[in-house]
Amino acid sequence: MLRFLARRLLLTIPVLLGVATLVFALIHLVPGDPAVSMLGEAATPADVAALRAKLGLDDPLPVQYGRFLSDAGRGHLGQSLRTGRPVTTELSEKLGATALLAATAMLVALAVALPLGIIAAVRANTWVDSAAMALALVGVSMPNFWLGPLLALLFGVHLGWLPISGRGPSSAFLIGSVPRVPPEYLVLPALTLGLALAAILARMTRASLVEEFKELYVRAALARGLSWRRTVLGHALRNGLIPIITIVGLQFGAVLTGTIITETIFAWPGLGRLLIQSIQFRDYPMVQGCILLIAVTYVAVNLLTDLAYGLADPRIRYQ
Amino acid sequence: MNLRIGLPLVLLAVVAAVLGPWIVPADPRSQELALRLAGPSLAHPLGLDELGRDILARLVAGAGVSLIVGVSVVSVSSLVGLLVGGIAGYAGGWTDTLIGRVIDVLMAFPGILLAIALVAALGPSLRNVVIALATIGWVGYARLVRGQVLKAREFEYVHAAQSLGASPARLLLRHVLPSAYPAVLVQATLGMAGAIVAEASLSFLGLGVQPPTPSWGAMLDAGRSHLIDAPHLTVFPGLSIALLVLGFNFLGDGLRDRIDPRGRT
Repeated sequence: MLRFLARRLLLTIPVLLGVATLVFALIHLVPGDPAVSMLGEAATPADVAALRAKLGLDDPLPVQYGRFLSDAGRGHLGQSLRTGRPVTTELSEKLGATALLAATAMLVALAVALPLGIIAAVRANTWVDSAAMALALVGVSMPNFWLGPLLALLFGVHLGWLPISGRGPSSAFLIGSVPRVPPEYLVLPALTLGLALAAILARMTRASLVEEFKELYVRAALARGLSWRRTVLGHALRNGLIPIITIVGLQFGAVLTGTIITETIFAWPGLGRLLIQSIQFRDYPMVQGCILLIAVTYVAVNLLTDLAYGLADPRIRYQ
Repeated sequence: MNLRIGLPLVLLAVVAAVLGPWIVPADPRSQELALRLAGPSLAHPLGLDELGRDILARLVAGAGVSLIVGVSVVSVSSLVGLLVGGIAGYAGGWTDTLIGRVIDVLMAFPGILLAIALVAALGPSLRNVVIALATIGWVGYARLVRGQVLKAREFEYVHAAQSLGASPARLLLRHVLPSAYPAVLVQATLGMAGAIVAEASLSFLGLGVQPPTPSWGAMLDAGRSHLIDAPHLTVFPGLSIALLVLGFNFLGDGLRDRIDPRGRT
């Protein structure tokens, strides 16, 4: 297991380097002078020169690259052009709200997908299966920027059951930067984000279990007199869920990017909303910080997924 | 079953995009400010938007934008993916390793995040949306094609062509790559759905197609401010996106079932 861990960690280094390189390159893709783009056409040459000097844009490219990598490695991502505060500070303040939303959405997805996928697999090729999978396909096809407003319209506007924006009046924190949010504020954003993922997971759970039911050990368990329920829940489900670990991990990227849209719809004060606001203000250091943090989180979750997969299925470690 | 549902939905959007101006005579840009936010009526079957423009006319024009983005992104992505994946799989060695590392890095970004980053840098426009989505799109095709080529290059007919003196380029283009076409076709169909949702997402965030060009995502974004007083601004563009995406998803699933019945779920 240690060798597997070391090899997987080593493989992550070039990926992180590539991610950092792409994020560094972003500012140089801006057409014309990035400093003019950030300050606007009305900026004086002196202001432009000052910003260029502040961002180090006058230095040769390799020097800028080396400095970016060294600063990023130490957690220094510059200062926000909009607020003047360190990018890292602002990111750490927003990370908790996004983490809370993403984690709740994953829980919603699993709570919906597993029962749906299991029922569809157990009743494979019946109308129950067809209905469950058609529902899942509709879920996959329904973009969250439509589902969110529809849920807000139904539960917020018409029924008046749930608030449709923000995270409530409390400014207290649960742990670190994770805010203490009244549950009613979390329901609509988490449902919007979680239901699309639930649809994908339900399809994968069904497919994985249907394959598992064909295995000899399932027939052997049934032949020994085990009930169908015990065979499914006690044996087939355990093996069938192993590929689901990977899918959940891989789909975490979709959840992370889904937060960008969901936070914009529900004015949720997290990283995604900060990213869009920073793009609108051309606050490029903050844009770079948001993208780097989201991408590094994604890489870390993929790494953890691989390690969890290796733990769950020893054959993976030896490949 | 999947093809029978998917194909009509996709054809409906294609017909709307191509014949739209003849079917819906209203100009998607003309305004009737006195009737802004008016609900569905005989004159305007889907109502008017916040600037008094006919929503049906804008949906029909938006269908063209969505399909243009989808076709452009899928064409560029699949061609680049075929070429790069084909070279990586056929050449092997350090070429394969190098391309593999680039793919790993690009896959390390959640797709839409990289597209947002690129559009944020290049500026919001239809052209830049296509560039951004194609930049992330080719990676999936390259991975798929590389796997197919690795299998295909060991087929006997490929060895036979090689022993008859076929050049590497001819072997790759005439004998190896065609075995990947069916899988690429399925991926491209599902990729159309992905590209349409991605374009709508970017436009919804204000980073895609810019006004006054009609885009379903931008229409949804505009509808958000009028969720209470004019929900039809949100309902119809969203329904259009969902139906077209559903159509391509069904079509992709149907094609996959036809091409590889073992993968049927």
